[in-house]
Amino acid sequence: MTLILLAGLFALAPPTGVRAYDTPDDGGGAIIIEWQISQDDQILDGYEIYRSDNGIDFEKVGFIGKGRTTIEDETNDGVKYLYKVAAISDTIRAYSEPSAEVMSYPQWINRNKINIFVAFFIFGGIILYFIYHARKGKELFIRKIAGLQAIDDAVGRATEMGKPILYVPGIGYIDYIATIASLNILGEVAKKCAEYETKLINPHIDPIVYTVAREVVKESYTKVGRPDAFDPDSVYFITDLQFAYAAAVDGIMVREKPATNFLVGWFRAESLILAETGASAGAIQIAGTDQVSQLPFFVTACDYTLIGEELYAASAYINRDPLLLGAIKGQDWGKLIIGAILLAASVIGIITKFPILNLFR
Amino acid sequence: MKRTFPLFLVLIFGIFALLPYIIPHPIIQNTDELLRNNLLKILSAFALVLGLGSLLKVHTDKIKRKRENWEYSWVLIMTFIITSIIGLFGGVSGTGILPTSIGSFPFDIQTIYFNVVVPLGSTMFAMLAFFMASAAYRAFRARSTEATLLLIAGFIVMLGVLPLGNRISPHLPSFAQWIMDVPNVAGQRGILFGVALGAVATSLKIILGIERSWLGGGGGK
Repeated sequence: MTLILLAGLFALAPPTGVRAYDTPDDGGGAIIIEWQISQDDQILDGYEIYRSDNGIDFEKVGFIGKGRTTIEDETNDGVKYLYKVAAISDTIRAYSEPSAEVMSYPQWINRNKINIFVAFFIFGGIILYFIYHARKGKELFIRKIAGLQAIDDAVGRATEMGKPILYVPGIGYIDYIATIASLNILGEVAKKCAEYETKLINPHIDPIVYTVAREVVKESYTKVGRPDAFDPDSVYFITDLQFAYAAAVDGIMVREKPATNFLVGWFRAESLILAETGASAGAIQIAGTDQVSQLPFFVTACDYTLIGEELYAASAYINRDPLLLGAIKGQDWGKLIIGAILLAASVIGIITKFPILNLFR
Repeated sequence: MKRTFPLFLVLIFGIFALLPYIIPHPIIQNTDELLRNNLLKILSAFALVLGLGSLLKVHTDKIKRKRENWEYSWVLIMTFIITSIIGLFGGVSGTGILPTSIGSFPFDIQTIYFNVVVPLGSTMFAMLAFFMASAAYRAFRARSTEATLLLIAGFIVMLGVLPLGNRISPHLPSFAQWIMDVPNVAGQRGILFGVALGAVATSLKIILGIERSWLGGGGGK
């Protein structure tokens, strides 16, 4: 009788409503377990989670502190599991009823990212629409970009001075969009160098980017009918270390004294080192990057700076291909739509209680 | 064929690269992982050989033709050969077949890296402080309206983070923070919108073969 009374005094209320379900929008291998906290939650150490694949033998698979009501468990896909949650205080445990059987499996669509995918298709559609119109010969107006207009002058200046042009594509890998944009501009600059017979120096930090750049420059020389003028040693790999690369490029700027420096691509801390050395060497400098943190350094130390999207527009701007110009027009319309949505959302958010931000999450 | 095949590959892999973003299924994720990590590593290894070949060729040519500062090319080639031998035969931390210490003086590749390459990199990085000073001097010369605005904003922000700023006015630190949080962030976000849309447009142009400058061909021709 005493034992029964003692057990009654020290008994804990178990957690209730244990529910287990496959983690949504994942690649499988996970189940989420939820429960309602024990009535004695305040005096608990926490909750232990038990799992069974036969409904009889339960093994402990996790522990979580008091006040918590959910945990994710790693599982094998295709196996049916049952879960129990135990409230624990010192050595006393109170087990819940087992959950219903549950099984984890991989999903084919991540619904959380559908909004971004839809936005991608909308903007992709707008861009393709303008490309289609450009194909039909519609004249498109593109505003002047000073940095790109200066390319001809910069190459001409180098030719007149008999000095080389240095093209630095940054320290990005080939899968960086800024690096690809830089290679596009490199192709156009190389064509002008070939036409003017100006020496081009193009040092690289990444061997894959080097390999691609070499082909781009070679093709550009061929395209303008000067394959003989292409110097294979003008495009070369230096090192894959950031500051060793910066030191090497600084050395080129000081020794070779290029008339024009192009610093176009993906840059990090070396941007200012390169831009300041180039400025002190007296070169005209045209820079461009999509790295917001590096833009102030380029704006300060370079004569012209391609800011963000201007870098991507450069190739189209230089060769005036109507199809590429169509894509730029599409980008501008995309920005207009984003601006309008932001404005409308701000107004709705300010004057109503509608949870507008949830639409974008 | 020389142009069509690369464009076809870009179309296929470009579209495939989009899928892992929205499809979490292991079939897609594992294939993506295989392409990004394994295939790219193999490509990098081949490209590295080409890259190092180009580096050596440039410097051997320089020595052969006795171009300006050709002596330094010897330094590069000798250093390249010595570190390559130590790295290939001495193991990462001196565990290879080549002895990589003389008495208590180790010269394994890890020691070389941490005692030569890292300090040299740090030295270059440290020089940023001086470059920043000279860039700030250039930026803060009030030659135009924009430069004057930059000077004033910079001055307020600098004063705002100093104890002196609080002495001048207790509102100065919060105003400096406002400049950083509102106009500064607004400008940055504006650039980021453009960058994001530009990245989408550039990707589409490349995937669909409209942008072909990367092939050296230029534009859509």
